[in-house]
Amino acid sequence: MTDRAPGPVRRIFTGPQRLAPHLAALSESSEYGRAIHNADPPPCDAPPWPEPHGGTPGTGLPRPDPQRSAGQALAVVRSGALTTVQDLGRYGHAHLGVPRSGALDPPALRLVNRLVGNPEGAAALETTLDGCAVRPRRAVTAAVAGAPCPVLVDGRPAPWGAPVRVPAGALLEVGRVVSGVRSYVAFGGGVAVEPVLGSRSTDLLSGLGPAPLREGTVLPLGPATGRAAPVDGVPTQAPPAELVLRIRLGPRDDWFTSAALRTLATRVYRVSAASNRIGLRTEGPPLERAVSAELPSEGMVTGAVQVPPDGRPLVFLADHPTTGGYPVVAVVAERDLPAAAQAAPGTPVRFVAVRHRSSG
Amino acid sequence: MRALPVGDRALLVELADGEETAAFHAELLRRRAAGVLPPVREIVPAARTVLLDGLDDAASFAAGLDGWRAEAPDARVPDTVELPVRYDGPDLAEVAALWGVPAEEVARIHSAAEFRVAFCGFAPGFGYLTGLPARYAVPRRPTPRTAVPPGSVALAGPYTGVYPRSSPGGWQLIGTTDTVLWDPARVPAALLAPGTRVRFVATAAGR
Repeated sequence: MTDRAPGPVRRIFTGPQRLAPHLAALSESSEYGRAIHNADPPPCDAPPWPEPHGGTPGTGLPRPDPQRSAGQALAVVRSGALTTVQDLGRYGHAHLGVPRSGALDPPALRLVNRLVGNPEGAAALETTLDGCAVRPRRAVTAAVAGAPCPVLVDGRPAPWGAPVRVPAGALLEVGRVVSGVRSYVAFGGGVAVEPVLGSRSTDLLSGLGPAPLREGTVLPLGPATGRAAPVDGVPTQAPPAELVLRIRLGPRDDWFTSAALRTLATRVYRVSAASNRIGLRTEGPPLERAVSAELPSEGMVTGAVQVPPDGRPLVFLADHPTTGGYPVVAVVAERDLPAAAQAAPGTPVRFVAVRHRSSG
Repeated sequence: MRALPVGDRALLVELADGEETAAFHAELLRRRAAGVLPPVREIVPAARTVLLDGLDDAASFAAGLDGWRAEAPDARVPDTVELPVRYDGPDLAEVAALWGVPAEEVARIHSAAEFRVAFCGFAPGFGYLTGLPARYAVPRRPTPRTAVPPGSVALAGPYTGVYPRSSPGGWQLIGTTDTVLWDPARVPAALLAPGTRVRFVATAAGR
């Protein structure tokens, strides 16, 4: 995100996965598809959760049996605007330029996995606004949570936020969101694509992991090991009227005028339709810089509030670049990022500066 | 050295220049290897900073930095990656003009320099290499190319980079290497990690 970046960076936010109103046109994500197809199975890193004996390294799931995997597949009937495979992301490679990636709403991912009896970090599907439809080739327990939406099995209503038994060959439809942006769909055994650098997540910035789903995509499922959660359902949360993001100023707040810092902390922004997995873009009053020099590239964290030349703060989400050259005025508390991922375009956003014990 | 808070769990350590940054990064890796660094999820060096992300107690880590002694650079000679290059890039003549040398001199000057991966970014496995004398810094192209072929050896500002895969790009292309820079199925996935020494070796093939 700098003049020195070897490629134009603006394309990141104008790609086909932006949350534009006409989502039907967005399903053919060819720009990313091309880059993503050549990801081969990688060596694995430290597993992000405990691993049962004999499991696939780094995944916490039993090793899929290739003889049986054809019967354990999941066929994509409707991909939706943007549906990707996500787990808790790939850690420890940021210094090589590899984004963390992973579910934008990790609590929702953990929940759907618990509902179907998976390890919390198993790979599931992350949909965008208009859901998806899949047909498992074997009977499977599924669960949908995150953004509330209708769930249908062979046309009959099924519960959201609860384990749902999907018979072999039946159609599981995840509908358009009632509120929020991203629904998560877990399957007993997890989505068992080969991990890349220890994660099965699709990284839209760098093209690691499986390509976004398309009609006809067939995804392997791991053998289910756990028992579905004995619950009738989980409560839905009413969408907040506004997105409140607690921020800590810095590291580059001194690159902005005091008027700009006041603006950031007091004015209302709105979630831009150009938001995506890389960042939550905002519309609102621009922030004026006190320092006009070019910032040498520096490391970026998830939650960084970066201010590009147009002055509108953008919050880096899971697929953000690992280094950038626009100043970071503040950082959003990690616990507020799942809500940011569920804030639909047009939602009002307020940045609230929080004092910290170390900064007094 | 100055440590800036980045949220609650990260620190951005700012250093005077690229050399100090390299030394501090090397010291961090040395301490981590020796098991005396507190747990940290990511250590991301950049042009003049090192980001430490995922610290349990960023404030006390920052406080402890005052006691760090700047050690002499590691005396061990690190491995050097040699990248065979055909100096046949489409911007070779333009770079030669910017440098004020004949086109065939570009290969000699570039392959005589000793490079170091200062940091990675832009794409997995894309290293920002320093080592060319400052007078050879060049601007980016005014209009980026929509597709730079993989293996392109390119210049911008003080840096040399090699595109690990085809992507849009605005750097000046001076050559091509067939070496695979990034392969997630390989250990290590990235041939050029921060701190790696690099030499470009001119080859005649393809000329």
